Amino acid sequence: MTVSQSDFTASMLDPAASVPSGLQNPDGAAASKRFNVYRNNVAVSLSDALETAFPVVRKLVGDQFFRAMAGVYLRKHPPKSPLMMFYGAAMPQFLSRFEPAKSVPYLPDIAKVELALRHAYHAADTKPLDANALAAVAPDALMRTRLKIAPAIQTITSPYPIHAIYRANTVADASKPIMQPEALVVTRAGFDPEIHLINAAAASCIDALAQGQSLGEAMAVADDTLDLGATLGVLLAQGAVTEIY
Amino acid sequence: MLDVSNHTSLPPRPGVGYKPQHYNDIMRDPGPVAWLEIHAENYMGDGGRPISQLRHLAERFPVSVHGVGLSIGGEGTLDPDHLARLKHLVGWLNPASFSEHLAWSTHDSHFYNDLLPLPYNAATLARVAAHINQVQDTLGRRMLLENPSSYLAFAESSMSETDFLRELVQRTGCGLLLDVNNVFVSATNLKTSPQAYIDDFPLDAVGEIHLGGHDEDEDETGATLLIDSHGKPVVDPVWALLDYTLAKSGPKPLLIEWDTDVPEWPILCAETERAAMALAPA
Repeated sequence: MTVSQSDFTASMLDPAASVPSGLQNPDGAAASKRFNVYRNNVAVSLSDALETAFPVVRKLVGDQFFRAMAGVYLRKHPPKSPLMMFYGAAMPQFLSRFEPAKSVPYLPDIAKVELALRHAYHAADTKPLDANALAAVAPDALMRTRLKIAPAIQTITSPYPIHAIYRANTVADASKPIMQPEALVVTRAGFDPEIHLINAAAASCIDALAQGQSLGEAMAVADDTLDLGATLGVLLAQGAVTEIY
Repeated sequence: MLDVSNHTSLPPRPGVGYKPQHYNDIMRDPGPVAWLEIHAENYMGDGGRPISQLRHLAERFPVSVHGVGLSIGGEGTLDPDHLARLKHLVGWLNPASFSEHLAWSTHDSHFYNDLLPLPYNAATLARVAAHINQVQDTLGRRMLLENPSSYLAFAESSMSETDFLRELVQRTGCGLLLDVNNVFVSATNLKTSPQAYIDDFPLDAVGEIHLGGHDEDEDETGATLLIDSHGKPVVDPVWALLDYTLAKSGPKPLLIEWDTDVPEWPILCAETERAAMALAPA
């Protein structure tokens, strides 16, 4: 008559499974509908958490599709931590293999953008580098200089116009996306994360800087479409550089 | 890190479950609200607006940290990473109180985001007591344990919930968080008397009282099935049960919980005004 927590969770996640015997109503009979309270609470609370985490994905596929997709996701990927604000980390990978979503090929990358925005929202606070500090570095030392990049900063590169699609679904009067590759960087100057359109070369340069490579090394990683001045301009304006060394 | 809080205990006055959308309202005019409760897990990020707001709130109000993810009733060991995050939060915030639930939510390294029930017997008592001791040793402070909302019973239970809680208090020195709505929900669902539960509850150990709203449904036999949803006003029979409790316990820190379909501040504030009247009847 003992109900192990393994029995309990297995039945809870499978609506077709029978209720573990040993769970009773006050008359001592099997507690079937009562057990469904837990089934429902878990599915609804996890599905709600995914809706909160992925509003643009939801807008792109519609409420009904999203709910059904979330129901599959939450059973395949139940949370591994009580920090619900980070739930959904496997969503891009899940969506890329989710057959019913194949007709929206940019969906996994939009999910990546939404994950990056949440990560940035909760990232550690940092103090931006003084705007003149980089200008004060001697020209012959500049390429050897390393920049410490704030933990909120993340780049995403996509074969799809992710920046334009994200904006078209979040900003009134945003321009219509043109089907072309795009890259973006997520920044957080104050408390509200933002996305900025960059190109793939700038994204690889920023990634190299964030990994501790020097400006010279980070330039070498990128191809000749890199506009170093513009890239550093975005980073400095957004308080993304916290230190030079 | 900087200790932002000088508030070392919760006052026996109304408090409210803090929601970020009410930040400006609360800072401008908290009405009868004398303290705030936060869910620990929402403040375990590295920084950003949540942590900043919490620092500002803690300068002005006593804060109660209420955990929903520790899984104290779990069969497995407590998650050391989660315990470490909790220790960090309690360390820098130095809250007036820390509380958790008599429930489990994690099993086999998966977190189910709900408060799941456990049977009450010698084996579960020993396990829960060991977990409470571990939490109190890690945090270096006494914790409060909250009574759950029950929807069903375990055939393997051999103790009443009140005996189970009283025994935990004796074994671990923990305090209790008495959720009066949960008492009403459980008593209705299990066809027992809510007043008898209060009569048998170790009220001396109560450090805080919770009040919240519930939903009403029925099971397949047509019996009333109340569901603890925290999405509505507190119903009159629960206010009456609160009066019954306070008449026996004396004034206690009294929290209004409203976690889903969260209303505008004036509606929540009106609930805390009613709580203030219950604490100081004319």
